[in-house]
Amino acid sequence: MTATLVDLGIIFGRVAFALLFMLNASAILGWVERKQSAIMQDRIGANRASIYGFRVIGLFHPIADALKLLTKEDFMPARADRLLFKLAPFLSVFFGLVAFAAVPFGDVLLVGDREIPLQAVTLNVGILYLFAMLSLGVYGVMMAGWSSANNFALLGGQRAAALMISSEIAIGASIMGVVMVYGSLNMQDIVRAQGNPLFPAWLGGWVPAWGILTQPLAFILFLTAGIAATKRVPFDTPEGESEIIGYFVEYSGMKSGMFMMSDFLETVVIAGVTVSLFLGGWQIPYLARDGFHFPWGATLPMHQWLVAALQVTTFLVKVSVMIFFMMLIRWTLPRFRYDQAMRLGWLGLFPLSILNIVLTGLALLLLGGSRS
Amino acid sequence: MRLGQRFYVIEAVQGIILTSRHFFRNMGKHLAHAFGRKDARGAVTIQYPEERRPYSPRLRSLHRLVRREDGSPRCVACMMCETVCPAHCIYIVATEHPNPEIEKMPERFDIDLGKCVFCGYCVEACPEDAIRMDTGILEFAAFSRRSMIYHKDALLALEPAGKDGRPTSPIPMPANRVS
Repeated sequence: MTATLVDLGIIFGRVAFALLFMLNASAILGWVERKQSAIMQDRIGANRASIYGFRVIGLFHPIADALKLLTKEDFMPARADRLLFKLAPFLSVFFGLVAFAAVPFGDVLLVGDREIPLQAVTLNVGILYLFAMLSLGVYGVMMAGWSSANNFALLGGQRAAALMISSEIAIGASIMGVVMVYGSLNMQDIVRAQGNPLFPAWLGGWVPAWGILTQPLAFILFLTAGIAATKRVPFDTPEGESEIIGYFVEYSGMKSGMFMMSDFLETVVIAGVTVSLFLGGWQIPYLARDGFHFPWGATLPMHQWLVAALQVTTFLVKVSVMIFFMMLIRWTLPRFRYDQAMRLGWLGLFPLSILNIVLTGLALLLLGGSRS
Repeated sequence: MRLGQRFYVIEAVQGIILTSRHFFRNMGKHLAHAFGRKDARGAVTIQYPEERRPYSPRLRSLHRLVRREDGSPRCVACMMCETVCPAHCIYIVATEHPNPEIEKMPERFDIDLGKCVFCGYCVEACPEDAIRMDTGILEFAAFSRRSMIYHKDALLALEPAGKDGRPTSPIPMPANRVS
């Protein structure tokens, strides 16, 4: 009885960690975006929201924004489809939130005789699940476009669907190369396999087999397609906030805020997946479960709790760096025109990712076997 | 387009290098500022209500009426400014000055800042140098058209701006403006 309760508690803790990480990240990303863009453009950025005169470099702005959005009028067009209109933003946020469940944020922790995997849900088909959740996210957007009873919203939803299809094929096909190299669909296994040395021992086994080294082309393709999947600036044809208005024209208040939030959630998901598949996830080079094992023979034994803490921190740092990079791209590049985005997806990313699969297959055939 | 630009990737990478160089340079300056180097500025922002850009001495800001030594207006109600004003925003009613050597003085001197175009013709036209636009005050928004009208007493109370263009007298509040 107590054992099941403890197990339930552990599961609850794992899920809560992933969920709270996502929610807090999406709230803070609004601040990060404003501050980072400001610093890139020689400005200072939002710093006026204060509580009793304390400004804390503008960190109260997400709270102020949320309060403003929550207290605004929640308007619904008279001819809107009531159910779908209300469901759409929740669906967007939901799929953004649950997608992160498959991303591991640490190795296994041994407590007593229990093995606690540091991952919200251990899934053997983690990558497929993630792919499915990322694709389902567009349903909220399409529902929003359809149910608003507004032609511009409908066009925005249609653009979102077209962009999603052209990008998700590239996402799926570029992930396939990674799956072939590491021989697993389980993200935890893929991350673990990235700790192995890249070259055999006689070449010097000091380079870890991170995905960016084994699959450099897939990394670029996945990142490009992933940024397209977040519907943010170089690929923001569905939204077109500055002028062409997209699927959320008719939304106001917190529902509009939820669409913004789902963009941030997708950014975190894409960053987390990129880190897990290509940048070694929670891996620190040479850090095994019992401490450091350096390739020149030295060892530094560590307690497993310290190792786990280091791994989770590493994962969070890597994700933050990845988010920084995605924000950098978002504030550097201008928007692709609709036909340019389509051409990039269908004539650029898709053939290249198929080529990547072929090349990976050839390389595995010649060099022998996957690295699982 | 050149071939390099057609491929987009090279241009994109160059753009990212440019923006990240700005980011890290500014971030370094912000950090230096936070850790005591107060001369390091990571942004060109002027934090407006607290900081002000230094104004030119030729800036045409809110009008003021120059006072004589006894505090009465130097204005002799000659109506030159009212005549020259292209926006018809000045309204003067003349009266006798108690000093017999001075012929007239304004009983009313109203400037409707809702109409004023800040051309400075009134300052140019004045034979007595009685109206100037050197207060440095630029913030005189109001909630009604009526309270955009400035009367003689409010205009007489204003002082010229300091050397750096900072206003030295407070902005007349709408409550003081409506008579």
